[in-house]
Amino acid sequence: MEERKEMITADKLAYNYIKYDEEGREKEKIRAVDGVSFEVEKGDFVAILGHNGSGKSTLAKHINALLTPSEGTLWVNGMDTSDENNLWDVRQSAGMVFQNPDNQIIGTIVEEDVGFGPENMGVPTKEIWERVEESLKAVNMLKYRHHSPNKLSGGQKQRVAIAGVVAMHPKCIVLDEPTAMLDPNGRKEVIRAVRALNQVEDITVILITHYMEEVIYANKVLVMDDGKVVMQGTPREIFSQVETLKSYRLDVPQATLLAWELKKAGLDLPDGILTREELVEALCRLY
Amino acid sequence: MSIVLENVCYTYSPGTAYEIHALKNINLEIRDGQFIGLIGHTGSGKSTLVQHLNGLVKATSGRICFNGEDIYAQNYDMRRLRGKVGLVFQYPEHQLFEVDVLSDVCFGPKNQGLSQEEAKKRAREALRMVGISEEYEKQSPFELSGGQKRRVAIAGVLAMEPEVLILDEPTAGLDPRGRDEILDQISLLHKERGITVILVSHSMEDVAKYVERIIVMNQGEVMYDDVPREVFRHYKELERVGLAAPQVTYIMHTLKEKGFDVDEDATTIEEAKETILEAFRKKGSKT
Repeated sequence: MEERKEMITADKLAYNYIKYDEEGREKEKIRAVDGVSFEVEKGDFVAILGHNGSGKSTLAKHINALLTPSEGTLWVNGMDTSDENNLWDVRQSAGMVFQNPDNQIIGTIVEEDVGFGPENMGVPTKEIWERVEESLKAVNMLKYRHHSPNKLSGGQKQRVAIAGVVAMHPKCIVLDEPTAMLDPNGRKEVIRAVRALNQVEDITVILITHYMEEVIYANKVLVMDDGKVVMQGTPREIFSQVETLKSYRLDVPQATLLAWELKKAGLDLPDGILTREELVEALCRLY
Repeated sequence: MSIVLENVCYTYSPGTAYEIHALKNINLEIRDGQFIGLIGHTGSGKSTLVQHLNGLVKATSGRICFNGEDIYAQNYDMRRLRGKVGLVFQYPEHQLFEVDVLSDVCFGPKNQGLSQEEAKKRAREALRMVGISEEYEKQSPFELSGGQKRRVAIAGVLAMEPEVLILDEPTAGLDPRGRDEILDQISLLHKERGITVILVSHSMEDVAKYVERIIVMNQGEVMYDDVPREVFRHYKELERVGLAAPQVTYIMHTLKEKGFDVDEDATTIEEAKETILEAFRKKGSKT
């Protein structure tokens, strides 16, 4: 069989949250995701942006079948997530990491926590230990394997949570605002770990974030608003549209914003500057 | 009118194997009407420090005076202190509990012994200040968006009309616009009402943009206490303790190294824009 290129395919995916009144009758329907179609290829690093309530997290929960579409279809690694027979395979293909590391860690020792996933899948003991070791290594936490998770910093805890997912050998990891609660160093550590998983382990990454600086490492960006995908492109294409992004309650990286302000003030700078280095270089050419 | 801390120390679990010196000999004066940013990596003692300011945690040794009165003196009215120094915890929306928005915001002032009518008046005023319009008064707080919930929770503290408002990471997990809206409101409150604000934050960009004084905590001690541009001048030392400077600071330092005649201590987009444009003007007039 030919190896398929696409990891995730969404076709007119929609999801309705339904509110019931006291008698159990349908009272209100809220369309959180509204007919979304997109494709994620194997090895992609996709960032999803959108304001609070735009439908990002609802969409993310579909990818490991915590939710299934009300309408439309979602395939993960070729499997239709609505088909209950696929449930375990879908969950094994796509792992999820959430915002608060304290809600995701269950073990009393780091290595036990990381081993929980593979143990649940029935992986033989010897292999569990191998997986624990390689996963902790992948997020640079191996030297903490015998520590108690509650003594770790936020960034370290979050990397343990990521290792717990990596140990299940997923093809794809969905991270829903993994850095929202972390200090600058913790954010840096987590993003470095995520990039390594993508580049070294070739795991497909879907990152939901409100930190625009984290998006510049992605090769593809989806912008959501009101349950729809309203923009799609490379970070450079997306961040060239400062005003459109602001209209979706979003922002751009600081270097991009400064470049845009300088351009408005008359400096002849190119569009879509993303990093500090690019801005400095462009300014040097003009100076 | 101020809060003065003299040689404040705090030890968790003193005399046990788990003894941790969370605060070591802190001396600070929080003057009336200041807008202060409190930064530090996870576990640096920020949260322990702010919990001292309204008497939630009692110092192991040392003295704290609020408006000249020792808060640890016998017969000191702690209840009144807690009304004067309002503390908004991380994720304050988790503390919402009432059936509708207005009742939730009324809880604080009612507990202060105000009449129903007076409490409602205060609550309406507080909701107005955080930008929640009257139409939401009768809604369940649980049906609001993340940013709205957060603002209702902040209103709950504002309704007690504190002289000092302490916010522990008020924007964690909010989208960029939500973040700007909350910080703009707080800044406006600070200007209009002259209340003292202490903002605990992991975002160096936000701190640089809004506050007039930064206190940096590291390992239970005050590492720096100065205006933002002076504090961020130590960006290399800040990185060593798990923090960072605003993106702009890095850009400015690199530009300076490359020979630009710019003010390398600019910390906000606005300041950076001005000094870069000025550098180009100066250069233009020379050639």
